[in-house]
Amino acid sequence: MINRLPQKLPSSDEISRRSFLITMLGTGVVLGYARSPLNTAGAVLSPLNAESGGTPTELFVPTIWYGIDPRGTVTINVIRAEMGQHVGTALARIVADELEADWNKVRVITVDSAAKWGNMITGGSWSVWQAFPVLSRAGAAGRIALIEEGAKLLGVPTHLCTARNSAVKGAGRSIPYGDIVSRGNLGRTFTAEQLQRIQIKSPVERRLIGRNTLALDIPSKVNGQGKYGLDAAVAGVVYARPKVPPTRYDSKVVSVDDSAAKRVPGYLKSLVLDDPSGTAPGWVMVFAKSFVAASKAADLVKVTWESGQAAKISEADIQKRAAELIADPKGGSLFVDDPDVETAFASAKRKIERTYTTSTVMHFALEPLNVLAFENDGVFEIHAGSQWQTLTLSLLAKALGRSQDTIVIRSYLLGGGFGRRLDGDYIVPAALASKAIGKPVKMICTRADDMRFDCPRSPSVQVMRMAWGEDGTVTAMEHHAAAGWPSAVIAPSFLSRGLNGVPYDPFSITGADHWYNVGAQRVRALRNDLAEQTFRPGWLRSVSAGWTNWAVESFMDEAAHAAGVDPGKLRLRMLDGAGRNAGSAPNSAGGAHRQATVLARVAEKVGWGKPTPTDVGVGIATTFGQERNMPTWTACAARVHVDRTTGHVTVEKLTLVIDAGTIVQPDGAEAQIEGGALWGLSMALHEGSEFVNGQPKDTNLDSYPLLRMGDVPEVEVEFLPSSEAPVGLGEPGTTPVAPAIGNAIFAASGARVRHLPIRPKQVLEALAQRT
Amino acid sequence: MTTFDLNGKMVSANSPDDAPLLWVIRDEMGLTGTKFGCGIGFCGACTVHVEGRATRSCITPIAAVAGAKVTTIEGLDPNGRHPLQTAWLELQVPQCGYCQPGQIMQAATLLKDFPNPTDQAINAVMAGSVCRCMTYVRIRKAIKLAATRIEEGLDR
Repeated sequence: MINRLPQKLPSSDEISRRSFLITMLGTGVVLGYARSPLNTAGAVLSPLNAESGGTPTELFVPTIWYGIDPRGTVTINVIRAEMGQHVGTALARIVADELEADWNKVRVITVDSAAKWGNMITGGSWSVWQAFPVLSRAGAAGRIALIEEGAKLLGVPTHLCTARNSAVKGAGRSIPYGDIVSRGNLGRTFTAEQLQRIQIKSPVERRLIGRNTLALDIPSKVNGQGKYGLDAAVAGVVYARPKVPPTRYDSKVVSVDDSAAKRVPGYLKSLVLDDPSGTAPGWVMVFAKSFVAASKAADLVKVTWESGQAAKISEADIQKRAAELIADPKGGSLFVDDPDVETAFASAKRKIERTYTTSTVMHFALEPLNVLAFENDGVFEIHAGSQWQTLTLSLLAKALGRSQDTIVIRSYLLGGGFGRRLDGDYIVPAALASKAIGKPVKMICTRADDMRFDCPRSPSVQVMRMAWGEDGTVTAMEHHAAAGWPSAVIAPSFLSRGLNGVPYDPFSITGADHWYNVGAQRVRALRNDLAEQTFRPGWLRSVSAGWTNWAVESFMDEAAHAAGVDPGKLRLRMLDGAGRNAGSAPNSAGGAHRQATVLARVAEKVGWGKPTPTDVGVGIATTFGQERNMPTWTACAARVHVDRTTGHVTVEKLTLVIDAGTIVQPDGAEAQIEGGALWGLSMALHEGSEFVNGQPKDTNLDSYPLLRMGDVPEVEVEFLPSSEAPVGLGEPGTTPVAPAIGNAIFAASGARVRHLPIRPKQVLEALAQRT
Repeated sequence: MTTFDLNGKMVSANSPDDAPLLWVIRDEMGLTGTKFGCGIGFCGACTVHVEGRATRSCITPIAAVAGAKVTTIEGLDPNGRHPLQTAWLELQVPQCGYCQPGQIMQAATLLKDFPNPTDQAINAVMAGSVCRCMTYVRIRKAIKLAATRIEEGLDR
């Protein structure tokens, strides 16, 4: 049997239950994208705010997700953060298609936090997948209501009327949506049952979904007008930079000496923060009249801390602990546990065991952490990029000692999310600082502050075993994975119970529950307590699927070679769609057969099996993206060159074939896969840090390398046509790349690498170990 | 007090001489298109033009630009329609967009020096500009598209 993701993950049902509330719209918004006829590129950023936005009086609001005003403007409320995925455009296209709205009359508002929106979280590659069933029905409901009322106004029977391009037409006559809103009586709303029964359009009737449009957020990103959290401003602000303590937890301030800082013009004071939420213990905030002064003063403020035991812990200790945890067969949570695993291994004709490891990876969102916080008229305002406003509000309520409904998080563009801004820990100290001094505070972290306060991807250790039977078929597979668990620390509600009753973090094991038929399968998740004592593990782009697949797909390659089978053929044979791998509608319809299809297609595209030049090799890997319940079928072929003298690896080309079901915005989808794949490459060859005495070793680009222009290979992305349910795209492109590169290194040189990142030293050592 | 030309207007900054140009532009002059990324000149998000040369404003003290002509993303083209900006829109380059003003300012000087840039020239000149969303494939395409447009005189 296999364990699914917990029910607590935000479901589309949860959203759809909320979608029938009738509410006013238009107040309290800070960010929107409005089309302008002056801009031939399509759209301009139009910042709206509570003061100027106002509340339209005559507004048709069939659901909370959008409204139509008497001029026919359709305003779509987006509760997801805009962080590069052009999510507002994609979600608006879903509504507008079913609504039969004129795209030129659609605008998008990224809303501020409010209870009515439900769980405001942007992550997991969930946005389009979750929203599609809800927003398409919401759009269809509006269309139905407009047709009914339009028919009355036209004096034409409803069944003779159709909607197209923001107008209702019938019997040769037509009335625009705006006129229906201003002249008609649109009181109609829909019950949950009614909405559920609405048939959405068949794929052939779609007019916007699946067709490219210019993303609404892009124009403001080429002219400097886009507003990010860093750009938020308010009168009377005081700037602040933190002194980040030497350990993430248990650091206590012993003394603060700011005598040297007092010579900095504009320096105001330094304060030890008292954090009732325990989110940012041991922080000292340095205040000044400008950020330059605050930063300079912070360098001069001397703080003495008494720090916890993490100050003595380094990466090797964390990895040693992981290996110990795996070595104890009684420990951990069973995520997958078929009967007869032991029997299969005991009677195996052949078996192999391999260990794979990954280093700490930093988020390095290019916009360093920053927050503007102040109290205004009884409401505590937070102006900052956030991927999870709802969770952050609960942290803030605890920290500030006030109720959540008196706190608002205003929306801004995010200068990168990648999971870093899911954890709202950085917002707490800024809010506490503002509360403490009674003034608006703009806290800006330097890059080093940001890195030292990161919630990085935990280092990991994974042990893999495979058994073969008499006839050469695979009879059993084990996967044991140990890491620090982000959900355990940041969002315990995400934890689920394993088959042995022990909790596990799905975000530290998914990917291991693959779609291969391997006979009896066991997957065990182990929580690295030492990692969690040392740092706050975070969700980082592609989360566990970004490292469990490093083990799964490297191991499949090794297993194939051990058995003398072509690695592509072995995978295709095991992706047989039998039993639990048959998949189920809507999300995983077709199951493993769809994974086999993307794999076969990528093999065909790259001429798999054909000879390559000396020292050049092609490696393949395939994954199901993020979750079994939302599989994005993904296959990647990497072509690399290995310099046997230096160990240097050059990636020449990445080819990806993706089946993500229905594609809403094809150009945006391609951009997400391209960017995700290059993240995979960057983490495979360039990134990777380590903890040294409780701190990340690398705190800036002088020692933390990111992929740069000169190392970017050719990237080819193909989407298989599909009208299945749309699934996620933000992360899946990352997941197959590192193992494809590792397997390509083996194909090119015979060197087998088992650690991420792959540095030249490791390649040289692996070359020396070839048999 | 430091006086300099910012996007065609003479301005005076009150910040101390060693204050980085970046923060003067952002916090004193209120132009926020220029971004803060690494603070050590390694990411390129803060790139502006000083006398037409791409310059990392996060490590340039304000006193160093006294009397000089400084151009930011807001001043690159009066209508925001520089051939690079239109190419960026056409090819839908930005994702999060945070680095893109710096990328565009860097690319603008690239095209001045290499009107028909080779891949090698793009690699060399754009090496200092990090895109965390990894939009590099499209940045390269857009630079070449803009170069073609400028050469054909189709733009400007």
